[in-house]
Amino acid sequence: MSTLTKQNLFEGFLETSFAGFERAREEGKASFLKQGLPTLKSEEYKFTAITKKLEQSITSFQSAQPFAVSQEEVKAGIPTGFEGTVLVFANGHFIPELAIDAAELTFSELSEKPETAVGSIARADKDPFAALNQSSFYGGIFIQIPKKAVVVKPILLLSFNKANEGQLIQPRVWIEAGDFSEVTFITHTINKSETPYFVNKVVEIKGGVNSQIRYYRVQNEGKNAIEASTLETNLLQDSRFTSVNISLSGEMVRNNLNLNLLGSNSEGNMYGIYLLNGKTHVDNHTNVDHTIPHAESNELYKGILADQSRGVFNGKIFVRQDAQKTNAFQQNNNILLSEDAIVNTKPQLEIWADDVKCSHGCTTGQLDEEALFYLQARGIDKTQAKGLLLFAFAGEVLEHIHDESFKNYCTDLVQERLGSKF
Amino acid sequence: MLTIKNLHASIEGTPILRGINLEVKAGEVHAIMGPNGSGKSTLASVLAGREEYEVTEGEVSFKGKDLLDLAPEDRAREGVFLAFQYPVEIPGVSSTNFLRTAVNQVREYRGLEALDAVKFLTMMKEKMKLVEIDQKLLSRSLNEGFSGGEKKRNEIFQMAMLEPTLSILDETDSGLDIDALRIVSNGVNQLKSKDNATIVVTHYQRLLDYIVPDYVHVLYKGKIVKSGTKELALELEEKGYDWIKEAVDSEATV
Repeated sequence: MSTLTKQNLFEGFLETSFAGFERAREEGKASFLKQGLPTLKSEEYKFTAITKKLEQSITSFQSAQPFAVSQEEVKAGIPTGFEGTVLVFANGHFIPELAIDAAELTFSELSEKPETAVGSIARADKDPFAALNQSSFYGGIFIQIPKKAVVVKPILLLSFNKANEGQLIQPRVWIEAGDFSEVTFITHTINKSETPYFVNKVVEIKGGVNSQIRYYRVQNEGKNAIEASTLETNLLQDSRFTSVNISLSGEMVRNNLNLNLLGSNSEGNMYGIYLLNGKTHVDNHTNVDHTIPHAESNELYKGILADQSRGVFNGKIFVRQDAQKTNAFQQNNNILLSEDAIVNTKPQLEIWADDVKCSHGCTTGQLDEEALFYLQARGIDKTQAKGLLLFAFAGEVLEHIHDESFKNYCTDLVQERLGSKF
Repeated sequence: MLTIKNLHASIEGTPILRGINLEVKAGEVHAIMGPNGSGKSTLASVLAGREEYEVTEGEVSFKGKDLLDLAPEDRAREGVFLAFQYPVEIPGVSSTNFLRTAVNQVREYRGLEALDAVKFLTMMKEKMKLVEIDQKLLSRSLNEGFSGGEKKRNEIFQMAMLEPTLSILDETDSGLDIDALRIVSNGVNQLKSKDNATIVVTHYQRLLDYIVPDYVHVLYKGKIVKSGTKELALELEEKGYDWIKEAVDSEATV
């Protein structure tokens, strides 16, 4: 362990000056210093000792610099079968020259849009890492889907990470989906280094009236990567947002997914799979805030954990007093494949309205031995039978991926994992 | 085909089978009857390779091979089929995909070519008629939401697809109404040949009106205490199991 402490951990780093967004950065810095890094005493981080991990792995806080990515690397990094727009990032820096099929899309570096209300959706005072990102992000991107635009093909946000040991990658994304627009985002990361580094990402999405936004993400970080990410979406009337998150690797990953249902008949859907092995630790914290009547949220997270991996699920449903006729459903199911794997699951319902339909449930168990025997008794090899059963368990989540080719890509990825590693 | 010698098996240290001897030849149908708790289902499970049971003594040879030495999947590939007393519901696994995987793994083991989608479907349609099973049922998840009768029909359908040499029907008749019983038995009878054998495990004589056994064995306290022909089953139907129990128990106290 180094001599770094929470107090001085980021001090030098925060003194560095970053271009633009002075007010937001000041606010982020102040908020970060006020909150400090979370300890296990902090309710929101009590199962995820990310500060300890950072103290162990990160020796010097420096922003990872952009690096050259070739067109061949970009091509190789695109998920099989993908057709659509590609936007490329190197260590979180947006590289406009490498964009593919992006002529019709409105986007720019975040710094070119100084009027963007950075931090107004994912607020710094809600989470120390969101605050840290707000203080010192760089090279972010601004994407705008115009009113009534229906973007048929998905938009791939392809990130290449190649950080030196202990470096910090802090991407920031701002997405505005105009009224009646429709768009699908896919985020995918390619690792170019196995050294420990820290990704601290914030994505803010503004969903206009009747907009339809889908956000799919495969988390396949380097084995030694530590990641904190915040995705927060504001949804106006009649809009719908669907997130599908697939976590496969990383040293320690913390995902904050926050949906704010601000308009009636808005709908927020949160789906996730985590397939963990080794010592990977993945923490999915979701929060849906029902502020108005007649909105709906659906949530399904499924976990399969092997070896000494650890999963955390914390799903908060907050129904405000005005939010009558809310429908909110939440489900978290886990299968533990080893005695050393751990899951902490915590549904958290806070309901202030009296005419709502809310349900939640969580289960944690082992693979169904009876079902396994049934398949074996029909001549199916044990490993394959296990794979079939595990896929049957987790595959349900993949049904929520609307884009056929990306669904196939994820299906292969999940099947490969379930057929080999477990 | 199947030779069981002095088979002892226990579960969690409790002995259930206490010395079973049985010889089954190709072309034969054997019925194993007995009161509840006598070890009938245990015998079926041990033969299929269920892991909870520990074989403590004895041997089982199947077509000259040591059956107890094989993993459950290899037993199935060698030609042992267990129709489950309680077929398992497996949400998310489609019946058709499951069967295709199973059929092709079994065929591969037997040195046969894998079936392509078309050939597999043709075979499926042909076998579906045997047990009057509906295609719609097979497009659903395996056994999920099936009625009791549908589950049992699906077992016999799987049996038809996998073409076993030794079929073990574990209480396949329990809970079936007369129509379903007729359909299931009819399927089993059509699959019978001089090259394969069937072991019917049942509590009730009723099934044996439809699947006529060559031999009937009565299992009690983990042993075969009486063997005979189908007439024995009729006697059991008439008199119940008590007279056998009494005979065995009094012998034990002597």
